Amino acid sequence: MTGALESIIRGLGNGSVYALLALGFVIIYKATRVISFAQPALMLAGAVAVSHLAEVTGFYLAVLLSALLIAGVALGIERVAIRPMVGRPVFVVAIITLGIDVVVRVVVNGFIGRDVRQVGDPWGFGQVTLGPLVVQQRWLAMLLTTAVLVALLFAFFRHTRYGLAMRAAAVDQETALAQGVSVGAVFALSWALAGFLAAIAGMFVGTGQGIEQMTWVVALKALPAIIVGGLDSLGGAVVGGLVIGVVESLFQSYQGDFAPWLGQNFAVVSPYVVMLLVLLVRPYGLFGTREVERV
Amino acid sequence: MTQTTTGIPAGRPRRVRGRPLLYTSYAQDMALLDTRAKRVWTGLLVLLAFALSVVVADSSLEVLAGAYVLAIGAIGLNIVTGYAGQVSLGHAFFVAIGAYTAAALSGPPGGDNLGYGLAEIWIWLPAAGLAAAAAGVLVAPLATRLRGLYLAIVTLGLVFLGEHVFKEWKELTGGFGVGREAAVPQLFGTRLDQDGALGTREQQLYLLMLVLLIVFAVAARNLARSRVGRAFAAIRDRDIAAAVIGVPLARYKVLAFGISSFYAGCAGGLLYTISGYVEPSSFSLLLSVQFIAMVLIGGVATVSGAIAGALFISLLQPLTRALPALVPVISGDTTQTPNVFQVETVLYGLLIVLFLVFEPRGLFGLWIRAQNYWKSWPFSY
Repeated sequence: MTGALESIIRGLGNGSVYALLALGFVIIYKATRVISFAQPALMLAGAVAVSHLAEVTGFYLAVLLSALLIAGVALGIERVAIRPMVGRPVFVVAIITLGIDVVVRVVVNGFIGRDVRQVGDPWGFGQVTLGPLVVQQRWLAMLLTTAVLVALLFAFFRHTRYGLAMRAAAVDQETALAQGVSVGAVFALSWALAGFLAAIAGMFVGTGQGIEQMTWVVALKALPAIIVGGLDSLGGAVVGGLVIGVVESLFQSYQGDFAPWLGQNFAVVSPYVVMLLVLLVRPYGLFGTREVERV
Repeated sequence: MTQTTTGIPAGRPRRVRGRPLLYTSYAQDMALLDTRAKRVWTGLLVLLAFALSVVVADSSLEVLAGAYVLAIGAIGLNIVTGYAGQVSLGHAFFVAIGAYTAAALSGPPGGDNLGYGLAEIWIWLPAAGLAAAAAGVLVAPLATRLRGLYLAIVTLGLVFLGEHVFKEWKELTGGFGVGREAAVPQLFGTRLDQDGALGTREQQLYLLMLVLLIVFAVAARNLARSRVGRAFAAIRDRDIAAAVIGVPLARYKVLAFGISSFYAGCAGGLLYTISGYVEPSSFSLLLSVQFIAMVLIGGVATVSGAIAGALFISLLQPLTRALPALVPVISGDTTQTPNVFQVETVLYGLLIVLFLVFEPRGLFGLWIRAQNYWKSWPFSY
């Protein structure tokens, strides 16, 4: 039983990282109706920035600086490649982000090199005992940080002018424009927020095992998370991320004993199975808005 | 012969001299090669392609043969994404199914991997296509429920699931990092991947791929101008409107996925006969992105565009390999940074972005622009 609970805590820890990434996807989706496939590259860039800056400024300051830096990079990408495409089919813009992802990743890989880089985090694989449970510190750090960030984010959307502007633009861009909301600024802000969250998620992915060139694949697990939660639901993104994390962790712990025929490392692809199952039952995810179309 | 009020004979269609775009019958308007110029130039192009097999060096023929196979796959992706408008990032999955069906059917029985010894190409090629098409039809019910980006993400999930299955199913695929021998191209007892009566190994493979590409391309053009093709276009442009005018959405979406996967499967079966070796990690997201790049760079919803895109992407590789000699900053060594592989990957990404921003119709659009320029010359509009 303690094993299962420890597995679930590990899942919640990793799941909160997926939730951060998923929030980035959903924020961009709500503002621009586009899924940004550039998130993996931004995540990797964030992790790399932390690993380089931590040597100079110390870990915590490095995290803050990298998150701001990546937010700036995301702003630049939005301004150069996404803004000129306003009004074009979403598929086209999505593919553009895919192209940007490929380009940015190559540049970032140049900063990683061929070896594993440590991000310089204070947790490593250190463990802590919670009553009968022995869990890694970094999972608790992930869970706690995500909880704080999500609370701040929801407060931002609920209580500030800019949050209101973003919600208005998400409901109806033209009406928002007519009310004096600068939709362009909303686009920029959403990309910056997504970059900020991706950088922090990247830092957490790098804790313990470090980062290498293939680490970007982790970010794609946020895609099942947003599909499970519903593409346009912020709460859904958090729930979806946690669900995906827990499912993956449970598969990691028990699939070898109960279903060895699924093959090694099935846990890595289990999020996609969950996604397909959820879609069979609810095509718009758990909390997504059902698309109603008028003719 | 009856005369209509416009003075154009309504009976037997006939061409008006000097007016190549004046059609006097529906059949003329729907013809594959509707003008004489097109007939002549297409004929010359095909002749040139065949002549290349004699003129060009064997190493270049191998690259071109690979490009033709990729073109078959790109035409397939164009059918579902370009003509029918269903965004699929899962093309690599169907290519993989075709590749392994073909490899298993033609492999030697009793070897390290699954093999049934049916090396005849006319057995394993249709089988590879049909296996992939069956997978496509199985996936399609999901596709009919989903639209746009939801569909893109689900098909992306398919690639990851497929990659996992193929890495684990060691009996079929040899497993990650090991791989297995690919399908054996044997036609009526002649091994086409060995030097033979028809020419060297590369010449034979080149001719095989060229002939198959022509067959698949003509089939796709015919499909696009048929009732099915029109239904696809209607679904792409507005699916609700299509349903209202009586196009059964579910049936045609399933059909689009089935046909597209058939093309992907055939391409998969053929693709690895050239290198003779297939490894499960080849079928990653990158392959899907390459196919997307071919379709977008070539031209969405055009067969000639898909072929041009495939040629462009395939020739990019040898071109970037030649860069270190010209630009000394770029290294041919993978451990240095900037190396040719990085340049190549960046070019894929940049080309996709640049084409989408500046010429969304792709290479085909550039061709149309050039045509219009000369048509209206010396006026610039």
